[in-house]
Amino acid sequence: MGQQSESIVHEAEVHEAHHEQSFLMKYIFPLDHKMIGFQYMFTGLFMAAIGGYFAYAFRMQLAFPGAEVPLYGFVDPANYNMLVTNHGTIMIFWVAMPVLIAAFGNWMIPLMIGCDDMVFPRLNRLSYQVFLVSALVLILSFFVEGGGFGGAWTSYPPLSAAAEYNLTNWGASLWLLAVALEIVAFLLGGINFITTTMNARAPGMGMMDIPIVIWMINIAVILFMSSVGPLVAGAVMLFFDQRLGTSFFMPSGGGDPLLWQHLFWFFGHPEVYVVLLPTMGIVADIITVFSRKKLFGYRTILYTAFGTGGLSFIVWAHHQFIAGIDPRMANVFVITTILISIPIAEMVFSYIATLYGGSIEFSTPMLWALSFLVSFLIGGVTGIYLGSSAMDIYFHDSYFVVAHFHYTFFPITIIGMFAAITFWFPKMFGRMLDETLNKIHFWGTIIPFNGLFLPLFLVGMAGQHRRIADYTQYPDLASPDLQGIRIFATVSLVIMLLFQFVFIYNFFNSIFKGKKAPMNPWRATTLEWTIPSPPPHGNFAEMPTVYRGPYEYSVPGHDEDYWPQHIPPKSNV
Amino acid sequence: MSTHGPIATHRTATGIPTGRLAVWWLMASEIFIFGGLIMCFLLFKFNNAPGFEDASMTSTTAGAFNTFVLLTSSLTIVLAHAAAERGDTAASFRYIWFTIGGGLVFILVKTYEYSTKILHGHTLTDNIFWSFYYTATGLHALHVFGGMVIMAIISFDVRKNYNLQRVELIGIYWHFVDIVWIFLFPILYIANF
Amino acid sequence: MSESHAHPNYVKIWFWLLILLAISVAGPMLEIPWFTVLTAFGIALIKTFMVAANFMHLRFEKKLIWYLLIICVVLLGVFFFGTAADVMKTSGQQWKDCIEDKTCIEQRL
Repeated sequence: MGQQSESIVHEAEVHEAHHEQSFLMKYIFPLDHKMIGFQYMFTGLFMAAIGGYFAYAFRMQLAFPGAEVPLYGFVDPANYNMLVTNHGTIMIFWVAMPVLIAAFGNWMIPLMIGCDDMVFPRLNRLSYQVFLVSALVLILSFFVEGGGFGGAWTSYPPLSAAAEYNLTNWGASLWLLAVALEIVAFLLGGINFITTTMNARAPGMGMMDIPIVIWMINIAVILFMSSVGPLVAGAVMLFFDQRLGTSFFMPSGGGDPLLWQHLFWFFGHPEVYVVLLPTMGIVADIITVFSRKKLFGYRTILYTAFGTGGLSFIVWAHHQFIAGIDPRMANVFVITTILISIPIAEMVFSYIATLYGGSIEFSTPMLWALSFLVSFLIGGVTGIYLGSSAMDIYFHDSYFVVAHFHYTFFPITIIGMFAAITFWFPKMFGRMLDETLNKIHFWGTIIPFNGLFLPLFLVGMAGQHRRIADYTQYPDLASPDLQGIRIFATVSLVIMLLFQFVFIYNFFNSIFKGKKAPMNPWRATTLEWTIPSPPPHGNFAEMPTVYRGPYEYSVPGHDEDYWPQHIPPKSNV
Repeated sequence: MSTHGPIATHRTATGIPTGRLAVWWLMASEIFIFGGLIMCFLLFKFNNAPGFEDASMTSTTAGAFNTFVLLTSSLTIVLAHAAAERGDTAASFRYIWFTIGGGLVFILVKTYEYSTKILHGHTLTDNIFWSFYYTATGLHALHVFGGMVIMAIISFDVRKNYNLQRVELIGIYWHFVDIVWIFLFPILYIANF
Repeated sequence: MSESHAHPNYVKIWFWLLILLAISVAGPMLEIPWFTVLTAFGIALIKTFMVAANFMHLRFEKKLIWYLLIICVVLLGVFFFGTAADVMKTSGQQWKDCIEDKTCIEQRL
């Protein structure tokens, strides 16, 4: 009761305070979580274009070594290293995390838990601003003397610590600074997400009534926060090594390069689950809506997500199997690595069980969600080979690894991103995307994706090593068959990139000229579909109360095949 | 009392006020950062890396005095919180400024320590022990300084009987800074183990 | 707003913290290594607990926060022991840590 009257007072104040907003306050320095979500999303999409452009450049170099790459120029080995390093860094830190976690987290957390904004709007704004600075610092690193950093996204010292080795004096430090700032931005943003989800839920929304995607984003944020701390310490140490001449990681001064590897991968492995879990959540929400069926095993999925998160902290040295670690230590990590496939497989089984017997509608979000399951399965299964240290002796740093992590990261980042965008576009923009163009874009992405990465397993098995700009120097790897595979992969990439223009056109055209979207075009049960599209400031005219879980579809005895969370019981809507 | 902000900020499904919950999450992430740094220090130390006997060269007196200063400032900030709870904003304001004063003394002692050590040739790049010494205490001192700035801002709100709940929050932060120093003191100043 | 709760006698806690500080400074003067470790680290842990429980009011806080903090410490332990197994090895079957033993650096040069 008290809370209700308090909220009316606050509501009045909130409306008063934000009555007339200048362009600057509304679009450049917004406090509203929806606009901040857009800022993250558009920045992430822009960085994805840069990351994709880099991939185009280095793949063209691989397919046609020494030739000038159209729309880029010549790619010499140093340039190649810069391209692959920054492609990886950008895609993970400036595309996957901002779009999947920051953009959709910002958009959906307040909407799905039924409140009017994040609990700390100003902190939210600050976290975006720090993130933006980090992106600008990274872009700046490409233009300084020596160019962008080329020591791989893993940045192992002594290469990354000594400018005399990496030849990118300022590039290396700016890269490190950019990553550090991005980490700070996500630590700040993460606090907002967790606190909002824990505290600001609508009355009646218990822990088990929260949509899975919100749980997953929060678990991801907690994983991120717990794993990145030692790396922040390590980054400070590496920065001092680079700029001040300390020797934390330089053997000549008594330091230990291996320590960096551990610091990095202690974060690096949980990081992949940080990006995986939100996409698993997005996929769960999509498949329930488009199979008109309750999520099979909500608690199971939740507990396996916790299990995955917990296990993810004890698998990291599988990235270091051939770094000289004690093989007995490697054994331990083999066991934990193989174990971690179990909870994730369990999650996928639950999703399949959700689909089974459902009334499947092949809308574009559903197509993306289903293709995620198939592609990620391939990626996950190939990871098991790599988890065995004996096989890893051969496969480490080969294209088998590259193919494995692209069959996991691409579904996570790109498929997940498109699934989320096509699903929530009507809510965010109040318009529908053109379904035909959607489907063209989908097939034009998925088929070339497989054309690009499936062959890379083959060249990896043939022994092709990573991070090499020109294979013509290696007689074993310069055979026409292998070169033919490289060309095939590159052509697939180019086709895939061309189809992205279909999406860009569809996206921007639909924002202005798309069919107007109703409040609940997909007939879903969660709270974000109970408000106008796009949502007004303050989101809910009247704060909702929640009466049931988020996946009440096809409930027996109920008129409609979905029962929204906010409808009081004993009423047939 | 705080009346700004969205409705979301004032809800509390966990029973813990939102601000305090957020500060605890911030503390958790800071534990990983400082903890990570300290773990790295210990890894080198237990591996008998050269230079760690230099822990005997840091001034135990200065370190112990700084520990005393921080412990006392922890007391004053929690007294500020107790005063704010009773509504005694004048006392709270005074206690906050005592805490800021403690922070200032801490930084002054550290400055003195740094200058004497540097003059003796123990710079950041001298050996790994000294690299850690300056990095860890430098990072810590930055946190002390940041805390002082935030406390000053909060104190002016408190004097106007506004946002009193923030005294507790900055108190938790300040106690964390104190705890980090409680661990840095033995590992950096007390050798022979 | 902060709910009212019984609070400990802060000045008394502070006094005991200072006593502990004095012991931890005096301990090393006996120059017995294990005793030094006990006083230096043991007391650090006790002081941490006292500051956390009393000044930070963890004693009166919901258990949730305790669990969160304990998990942090456990994970730091996982990091330490997982990394130590590798980083703290000073020799293997085919190699030796050259930092300790300068002669092997000279041999290679």
